[in-house]
Amino acid sequence: MYRLNLIQLSVENIFGTMEKENNDILHELTQSEYKYGFYTDIEMDMAPKGLTEDTIRFISARKNEPEWLLEYRLKAFRHWLTMVEPEWAHISYPPIDYQDIIYYAAPKRKKELKSLDEVDPELLETFKKLGISLEEQKRLSGVAVDAVIDSVSVKTTFSETLEKQGIIFCSFSEAVQKVPELVRQYLGTVVPSDDNYFAALNSAVFSDGSFCYIPKGVRCPIELSTYFRINAANTGQFERTLIIGDEGSYVSYMEGCTAPMRDENQLHAAIVEIIALKDAEVKYSTVQNWYPGNKKGEGGVYNFVTKRGICKGTHSKISWTQVETGSAITWKYPSVILMGDHSVGEFYSVAVTNNFQQADTGTKMIHLGKNTRSTIISKGISAGQSNNSYRGLVKMTKRAANSRNFSQCDSLLLGDRCGAHTFPYIKAENKTSIVEHEATTSKISDEQLYYCNQRGISTESAIGLIVNGYAREVLKKLPMEFAVEAQKLLSLSLEGSVG
Amino acid sequence: MLSIKNLRASIEGKEILKGVNLEVRAGEVHAIMGPNGTGKSTLASVIAGRDIFEVEEGEVIFKGKNLIGMPVDERANEGIFLGFQYPVEIPGVSMTNFMRTAINEQRKYRGLDSMPAQEFLNRMEEKKRLLEIHSKLANRSVNEGFSGGEKKKNEIFQMAILDPELAILDETDSGLDIDALKIVAHGVNTLRRPDNAIIVITHYQRLLEYIVPDFVHVLFDGRIVRSGGKELAFELEDKGYEWIKEAQV
Ligand SMILES: Nc1ncnc2c1ncn2[C@@H]1O[C@H](COP(=O)(O)OP(=O)(O)O)[C@@H](O)[C@H]1O
Ligand SMILES: [Mg+2]
Repeated sequence: MYRLNLIQLSVENIFGTMEKENNDILHELTQSEYKYGFYTDIEMDMAPKGLTEDTIRFISARKNEPEWLLEYRLKAFRHWLTMVEPEWAHISYPPIDYQDIIYYAAPKRKKELKSLDEVDPELLETFKKLGISLEEQKRLSGVAVDAVIDSVSVKTTFSETLEKQGIIFCSFSEAVQKVPELVRQYLGTVVPSDDNYFAALNSAVFSDGSFCYIPKGVRCPIELSTYFRINAANTGQFERTLIIGDEGSYVSYMEGCTAPMRDENQLHAAIVEIIALKDAEVKYSTVQNWYPGNKKGEGGVYNFVTKRGICKGTHSKISWTQVETGSAITWKYPSVILMGDHSVGEFYSVAVTNNFQQADTGTKMIHLGKNTRSTIISKGISAGQSNNSYRGLVKMTKRAANSRNFSQCDSLLLGDRCGAHTFPYIKAENKTSIVEHEATTSKISDEQLYYCNQRGISTESAIGLIVNGYAREVLKKLPMEFAVEAQKLLSLSLEGSVG
Repeated sequence: MLSIKNLRASIEGKEILKGVNLEVRAGEVHAIMGPNGTGKSTLASVIAGRDIFEVEEGEVIFKGKNLIGMPVDERANEGIFLGFQYPVEIPGVSMTNFMRTAINEQRKYRGLDSMPAQEFLNRMEEKKRLLEIHSKLANRSVNEGFSGGEKKKNEIFQMAILDPELAILDETDSGLDIDALKIVAHGVNTLRRPDNAIIVITHYQRLLEYIVPDFVHVLFDGRIVRSGGKELAFELEDKGYEWIKEAQV
């Protein structure tokens, strides 16, 4: 998937999509349903099913965690027990049995892995199927990958190169061992452990994830990338990601996801926290293609994620770019707290739903500092019998004088059995700030499809073209290797949605 | 190349084409004329395969293949091009991407590899010159924000890029000023070859001064009521469509 020949990319890039990629889309369109639905048979070290304080102690012990972190988990767990699942999102699903989930699963291994040769060959095979051969990754793409299979980060590439610049990019568990004071200083400062039901659950049982620290004045020379994948049956995945951009630093971070195909629903409740100090810029890009369930709406991932960043210092900037094509249910609102004066928050989103998928996604821009700016571009695409909602909050507090927000929320409908909903909430507590909101709903017309067909373009390709065109504003915000991937995904996930 | 026999077609139960016969051979240019609402665009749509029209009777054979029931994109891939009377806008899809997808799907249908990027770009440039298109067409979305004249030129531009065996141009002249008309006509004439054919649908004789047809047909009330050489166009211009109507009664 990331095995892209960069030389070829730069030549072909004039087109926005690559010629070869386009053929691949066509090829894949005629192919099967969920491409990543394979299962890797690796020996697993697992916690027993269910969730009690003992489960948490088990996880914490396995990870050799300091006492304060165990306490953090237990406090979150005790709070979680007092909470109820939110019901306000525009989604519906059968009740989740939290005692029927395995909260810790790790590939068994005997010693610390120092090189790729020591990694389980089955695991490497999985990476190959995912298209992220770590070796090739190193040579070709200049992307550092932190691959997370189920709950343990298996191998982090490039860390050494990065370390020379003082950049720390490793698994969360490793960070807890290596830089516990940094973790302790920032963990839970953006998403408190009692923030919401799923955040509390994650804070109690989080397994692993990525940690990233960019020191003062350092511009991270490569795109950092994490690859998530849910593997074992009945395991929930609870990643924890913490990204800290120190003063004047810059980093672009990419997260990709796949999950094998299963009948049961799999729970995924991650937390991502971003801290941008004075003059720092953090770009966070996601391409999410968890298994969405089959055409009848059976199976698929429940994706209940809390992502939030804080622009702590003046002139800091955080942008979220996401392409959401997967999961049976997506519940996700990457947000920015604009605390520093002149800070900037951005949210660019494409969310596709097909068949029986449900997505309730959007953002919150909380303006606290003066002269802060936020931009929201949301492109919803619904097909089949799916439901796609945008839910956004823009809040201008009293202190946030002369701040601005611009929101553009567009919906594209394919067919007439799907739904698109927009819930923009605006709270303006001062008179000098400006909030602009624009929304459109459109359909792909028969005339447009006929026109494309008449030029020899099949209906599937035509939809791919139109949808990619519609989402272009967001796609162009993605790092290049992600953009190509995302374009393919958009076409793939709308397969068979018209006709 | 194209053989239409006793073609009857209707929309929403209303019969529009009432038995059309037409033979087009390679190397020929045919003009179809007639007053508004007589079914000229309908005939073009039925040849292209638009499914809102119901074919009740008759046959349409192209290069020996029966077109009835064949999907629109397959007909296009077989070499049929329709220059639309009212081209539709496709926001967000650049002309480059659109044309490249079209050309490569057509090549794939014919068992050819995709056109190399550079060759494609060269072709775009060459055809832009042919049609004297000066705008940054390549980056603009298909027909979006194009003036009436630009849209028509863009149809011929696409025809030039795709190089079809049979092109049907539906009122390409309407909305063009005389200069643009000459450019378009020059473009079409350049594409004329012994191995392709063109059907020009027009309301006025004006275009036919520049694209000289081998045959002229008058479509009236869903039937071809008169066929002849290019002089028929001048006769029509002189006497007006009233003359045809009267001749009918
Ligand atoms: N989409 C349509 N729905 C209903 N009637 C149509 C449609 N398209 C064409 N017609 C009817 O078919 C007849 C012929 O139209 P058309 O083929 O466009 O004529 P021309 O191109 O010769 O002006 C007209 O009576 C018109 O109202
Ligand atoms: Mg017409």
